Amino acid sequence: MRDFSYLRANSLDAARQAAALPGAMLLAGGTTLIDLAKCGVAEPDSLVDITHLTGLNSIDVNERGATIGALARMGHVADHADIKSRFPAISEALWQAASAQIRNMATIGGNLMQRTRCPYFRDPMNFPACNKREPGSGCSAMGGVTRGHAVLGTSDACIAMYPGDLAVALVAFDAIVHLGERQIPVDDFFLLPGTTPDKEHAIEPGEMITAIEIPGTAAARRSTYLKIRDRQSYEFAAASAAVGIEFEADGRTIRDLRVALGGVATKPWRARAVEDALKGKGLEPDAVRAASLLAIQGAVDHGANHYKIELAPRVVARAILRLGETA
Amino acid sequence: MTKTTIPVHLDINGRHHDLQLEPRVTLLDALRDRLGLTGTKKGCDHGQCGACTVHVDGERVLACLTLAAQVEGRTITTIEGLAREGEMHPVQAAFLEQDAFQCGYCTPGQIMSAVACIREGHAGSDDEIREYMAGNLCRCGAYPHIVAAIRQAALEVQS
Repeated sequence: MRDFSYLRANSLDAARQAAALPGAMLLAGGTTLIDLAKCGVAEPDSLVDITHLTGLNSIDVNERGATIGALARMGHVADHADIKSRFPAISEALWQAASAQIRNMATIGGNLMQRTRCPYFRDPMNFPACNKREPGSGCSAMGGVTRGHAVLGTSDACIAMYPGDLAVALVAFDAIVHLGERQIPVDDFFLLPGTTPDKEHAIEPGEMITAIEIPGTAAARRSTYLKIRDRQSYEFAAASAAVGIEFEADGRTIRDLRVALGGVATKPWRARAVEDALKGKGLEPDAVRAASLLAIQGAVDHGANHYKIELAPRVVARAILRLGETA
Repeated sequence: MTKTTIPVHLDINGRHHDLQLEPRVTLLDALRDRLGLTGTKKGCDHGQCGACTVHVDGERVLACLTLAAQVEGRTITTIEGLAREGEMHPVQAAFLEQDAFQCGYCTPGQIMSAVACIREGHAGSDDEIREYMAGNLCRCGAYPHIVAAIRQAALEVQS
């Protein structure tokens, strides 16, 4: 790990100013950044430690929704009683992510800035070509081992998968990222790779995530996060789905449906086609399974990751039908 | 390369330490290489194995992904600080009684993680223990005995 200078920020403004300087990066939980610095992927000149800032770790939940401070820890949000009762998919996405130790360290703001787990991206010594690391250098993943790579939202430049869980639930429920005064829908916060896979987030130097806001909805209250993976725990998703349902007064006709996918795309992936196909209908298993196929519209595989195209719609269908069973 | 160091003051196991460190030094390396507290183990050094688990302000974290400079002013507890007046912590005693290790390399991390797991209220069933201890790998495969030890200790701590 290359050395860097260390600055402990004592105010939000000081943090933003220091982090706007060339070569500077914000340091929160460090679970991605210190790891990538050891891999030789992140080479900051200076780190601006924001973990000693106060007032940015609150979790406020009321009828209108939840506002979670950027420095709230993943584990604390997962275990928060009101998050569990009003936003079960958020809690489930969090406690199924990483390990208890990492969840105690990692912050909600830092979670949104998590980088891909693409093994080629993480290994600059052996794989110098990576458009995400070095724009224009090529892609080592294409033609390589692609079992964990994306099938949705890919480009000719990059097929790296977005690995997170929380943001999948956040896009399903129209969460908003607060960058101080500026606010961005979380779906717009994450960028498709296109020709610039190095640019992953709609955040500019000198900006810092201050909070995440999740509107309170009936669909968020009746929601779940289903994560399918190669091992039972402490593993990234092979495919996952955040789903929320609101029924009409008859208790069986779908008024509102939210579906987002994880583990299969280059960014947290909202599947509006599935939502639109099922709104106004009942929860008939065959219709749900047929509609769930719309989740992977436009999917392109790169060999070993073909299974995700088969798996993802089944995960979506199972999540929707399970939520229906709790009616 | 010029090596710039910064003063770092750490409170570990009830003792105060004044160190002069490069900013990139992790808590793990400071514990092991500078303070001789080698009970905390370096396994993967990338946050994947849990061998370096310590407590910061009473919560379990990974020392390998924590900069020493970051935890200035926090209360740090390592495996060396768990026993009280020469008497083993109930989790340590339960690991011995249940034979919850083979080579022992992952054990300090397992125990630090288990103490926190019980304190968090995540040791209510074997399934819950497995889920909330998933961040601690044991390549000898002592998992069944580790779960048994944590179940035993959880009952003792609660009673």
